Amino acid sequence: MEKTRRRWFFYPLAASIGLLNGLFGAGGGVVAVPVLRGMGLEEEAAHATSISITLPLAVASGLLYLREAQFRLGEAASYIPGGLAGALLGAWLLPRMSGVWLRRCFGAVVVFSAIRLILG
Amino acid sequence: MSWQVFLVSCLSAVLGALGMGGGGILVLYLTAYAQVPQLTAQGINLVFFVPVAVVALIIHQKNKLIAWRLAAPCILLGGVGVYFGVKLAMLIGSQTLSKWFGVFLLLIGLREIFIKPKGGGKGEN
Repeated sequence: MEKTRRRWFFYPLAASIGLLNGLFGAGGGVVAVPVLRGMGLEEEAAHATSISITLPLAVASGLLYLREAQFRLGEAASYIPGGLAGALLGAWLLPRMSGVWLRRCFGAVVVFSAIRLILG
Repeated sequence: MSWQVFLVSCLSAVLGALGMGGGGILVLYLTAYAQVPQLTAQGINLVFFVPVAVVALIIHQKNKLIAWRLAAPCILLGGVGVYFGVKLAMLIGSQTLSKWFGVFLLLIGLREIFIKPKGGGKGEN
């Protein structure tokens, strides 16, 4: 295991990973990756490890959403096949890419969508 | 299942498996194009992410990319955050939440675009 650092402000940030997950049903990884990087992980490992954090948090949030009757479990079913294909592709890709250009393209898509949501 | 649904869920999962917050894509598709209410979209996305993350985690674990020792405290503290996040989401409701989500995404997007590439991997270890 590589040398790692821990600073006090990592802890409130770690709590905010869950806060985003619960609040927006997505986006915890966006905080998790820089926190893990700050703790000393390299890019690839930070991205991979962020999933080990967001998975249990998504399970917890999902259960709370179900309890609050915001949706039915079956509504997610039609997105699973594409999701599994994408997961295999993404996990295969991670150790094989530099990441910078993909992040920028992703950023552009996100900004475009954000503007739509804010104006919509 | 339409090709559109497959494509969106696939792209969303690719980004999710890369740890890049792909969930936002599916939530956006559901709210902006499929006219699903914000909170329903978020619930669907959470359930969608579980099998995606399991598959991705298995592969990342095989590649020895997961630092469980660092993940553990984040999971525990994140769990506390989840509770308050969901409470807050139910309190604010769909309409306002989607605006907040837009602002949140805007910040993420700008950060992704303008982030400085780290010259040859900033070796921190």
